[in-house]
Amino acid sequence: MNWVVELVLRVVAVLAFLVLTVLFLIWLERKVLGRIQMRMGPMRTAPYGVLQPVADALKLMTKEGLRPQGADTWVYHLGPVVAVLPALLVWVTIPFTGSLVVQDMRLGAFYIVAVSGVSVVGMVMAGWSSNNKYALLGAARSAAQMISYELPLVLALLGVVMLAQSLSLGDIVAQQSPWPYLLLQPLGFALFLVAGLAELARNPFDIYHADTEIVGGPFVEYSGIRWALFFMAEYVNLFAICALASLLFLGGWKGPLLPPILWFLVKTYAFVFFIIWLRAALPRLRIDQLMTLAWRYLVPLAFANILLNAFYLYFELPAWTLSLASLALLGVAVVPLYRHWSGRAVVKARLADRVGMSKAESQA
Amino acid sequence: MIGRLDTVDMMVNMGPQHPSTHGVFRMVLTVDGERIVAAEPVIGYLHRGVEKLCENLTYRQIVPLFDRMDYLADYNNELGLALALEKLMGIQPPRRAEFIRVILCELTRITSHMMFYGSFGSDAGVTTPFIYAFRQREEVQQVLESVSGVRMMPNYIRVGGLREDVPADFSERLSKLLPKLRQGIEECDDLLTRNEIMLARSAGLAAISGKEAIAYGLSGPNLRASGVAEDIRRTQPYSIYPELEFDVPLGQNGDIWDRYCIRLEEMRQSVKIVEQCLEKMPDGPTMAEMPKALRPPPGEVYVCAENPRGDFGVYLVSQGGDKPYRLKVRAPSFCNLMVLERLLKGCYVADCVLVLGSLDIVLGEVDR
Amino acid sequence: MDAREPGDKQRALAQVVERVLAAFHPQSGTILDELVISLTPQAVKSACQLARDDPELAFDYLRCLSVVDLGNTLQVVYHLYSTRHRHKMVIKVALPPGERRISSVTPLWPGADWHEREAYDLFGVTFEGHPKLKPLLLWEGFPGHPLLKSYPVSGLEEVPG
Repeated sequence: MNWVVELVLRVVAVLAFLVLTVLFLIWLERKVLGRIQMRMGPMRTAPYGVLQPVADALKLMTKEGLRPQGADTWVYHLGPVVAVLPALLVWVTIPFTGSLVVQDMRLGAFYIVAVSGVSVVGMVMAGWSSNNKYALLGAARSAAQMISYELPLVLALLGVVMLAQSLSLGDIVAQQSPWPYLLLQPLGFALFLVAGLAELARNPFDIYHADTEIVGGPFVEYSGIRWALFFMAEYVNLFAICALASLLFLGGWKGPLLPPILWFLVKTYAFVFFIIWLRAALPRLRIDQLMTLAWRYLVPLAFANILLNAFYLYFELPAWTLSLASLALLGVAVVPLYRHWSGRAVVKARLADRVGMSKAESQA
Repeated sequence: MIGRLDTVDMMVNMGPQHPSTHGVFRMVLTVDGERIVAAEPVIGYLHRGVEKLCENLTYRQIVPLFDRMDYLADYNNELGLALALEKLMGIQPPRRAEFIRVILCELTRITSHMMFYGSFGSDAGVTTPFIYAFRQREEVQQVLESVSGVRMMPNYIRVGGLREDVPADFSERLSKLLPKLRQGIEECDDLLTRNEIMLARSAGLAAISGKEAIAYGLSGPNLRASGVAEDIRRTQPYSIYPELEFDVPLGQNGDIWDRYCIRLEEMRQSVKIVEQCLEKMPDGPTMAEMPKALRPPPGEVYVCAENPRGDFGVYLVSQGGDKPYRLKVRAPSFCNLMVLERLLKGCYVADCVLVLGSLDIVLGEVDR
Repeated sequence: MDAREPGDKQRALAQVVERVLAAFHPQSGTILDELVISLTPQAVKSACQLARDDPELAFDYLRCLSVVDLGNTLQVVYHLYSTRHRHKMVIKVALPPGERRISSVTPLWPGADWHEREAYDLFGVTFEGHPKLKPLLLWEGFPGHPLLKSYPVSGLEEVPG
């Protein structure tokens, strides 16, 4: 029975860690956003606002949980649960260090992909059951977005799995010596980051819960603890994607000098910081631009990435050829994308060329 | 096997209460999936009956009413009223007052465009420009506060001149502020203008040709974005604008991005104007000799001024009394908003917020 | 300060207007520096069309459309401007006493749309030919037309409290 007790202890430890992480991430996001915007962020609840997330959590837990009339009761109540559970379940197989993991499954990567796909159902349930047009629009957008970006995400993951010849996350990290896969797979890394951002629905892909347009999207009718569950799902997912990025591409807990757990946290939080930075700096894409990006750019690139890896493995080429080819493909792909988005304007719209009206010209 | 799917157009109401409609404004959108098929703007939520009220108040009492129309360009509104009365009564305000009026109006133009910039970024999904813009705006607001005592609704520009002279350190404070303002505008420009996502969201969208813009009665940056060279400060100059050197930016495509760029450039030009005014400003009185009771002769007058939002027109009919007989305000946002239906046809739902933002309306003057 | 007398440009314009709009018998005059012509309600549509389309006049910009309640008659005032020639003109149309209909100029200048709706709402003037004439600013079912002189400024009904 020892292994049952050990398993339960590990699960509890991971859950506790996640709850603390969510609280910390809420604080970190507000502080970092604030500083980028030249202001201080929360400062009043305890020195430097460290108890702000606790205050937020308490507030959310004590709020009245309204249910709109006409909402489908069971689906409405289950929606947040279905959205949160996959986020938490994923953490069963994510290793913090070589030994700190609940269960390092042999099918680790496969399990993660399969489980995280279920959260889409939760969003759609939430949007549909709310009996609200905005929620419906939001649910439709979110379903489209998440399903579209599953493909590049999974394919980028598959690229790494091909190189490591194993689905287990522990093995993937072990195989990353001496060089992390970032160097071998810059294209895969870029794909994973972009697709991961879109899966998380963070800026610039947060169209479906855009406050300024659709007033909350599928979550518009949720309040109190149920809304808090969605919120928590978002942050747990955020941390999961960042952890995966550091495990798959940066070598996880490997590194000189510092203890492995610290390296893991440093690398993961580097990604977290980057994602928060993006939120402060970038406007959001429209839904059709988002879909174009996924299907016309990311999916073909992801397949090309797989092909490259296949060539590399089959012909047993030296590692630097893969790095170079991957980098070249990334460069080649970015150019038409840039053109597509801004080409029409950049050529014509250099401010220096603006026609001004001179005094003489204007006097009739 | 899949035949034509019969779909039903959905009616989505972007209600009077909405984070991005810039005030109490309602848009009834008929949506086919994500595309807008028809858009009907519904206004009147902020209608306060200003024109009727004006008929029952003396000329000095209606200045606060004018403040509250376009509440983001309050000095400019007051100037419109002052110009109308001065033309009707044949009063010439002193030179110093004219210069100060132009300085205040151009500073208000800067604050108004900063507000536009911030809310435009926020509509597109990035909140940082809002804070950057407001940092600059705050500095200008403090200077304006030192002049009139309030941040909004100043009641300062009166017929014949100004309520009182500016404080002694006004010139010095402003000269220190202007280089910082210049730099701030460049920072704002760096942040948002050439951002690829911003360009993808706004370039080429909701374009309107010059001819159509004229037919729809657009004015201000919206009209100039379509390439029409109309700026009232140049084509029908008032006050001391003929003595000032400044450029008027014109756009090429009349799309959202052009409207945005023009307002950014106008801010730079306003800084230039303020600098020139500070140099040339003479000493002297700030109020002409005015009778105690304002009784314009019977007649009528129509003046227009270049507000940050466009052509602000005041049509004043006087029958000799101390109250206006009819005072019609040609509000630029009211006229600019008419084109919204035409612009939104065929756009995505996500675009409608940006299109509305690019027109830069203020509901106070739309509804009066 | 704006000129209080018509300049050369406005005088030249007055002559062109006399010639081009002669068929409508306009009565022209000047108020301050504005050229003001009066037309009959029946002539409005065709005269405005001519004003817009004639190359020497080219009044392509309708700045303002207002209604003035002169006691027993209503007067519709059009402020026109030409972006090509940069001249301006005012057209005044006095509606006969008791009459509140006039043709709409929205087909000519789409920018007249909401001005006319506002006049319909606040004065009760019906613009024939307007694509969608319905109240604009006041709430549905508002009794009366507030900007008429006969409507008291405090409203028709006592506000409770």
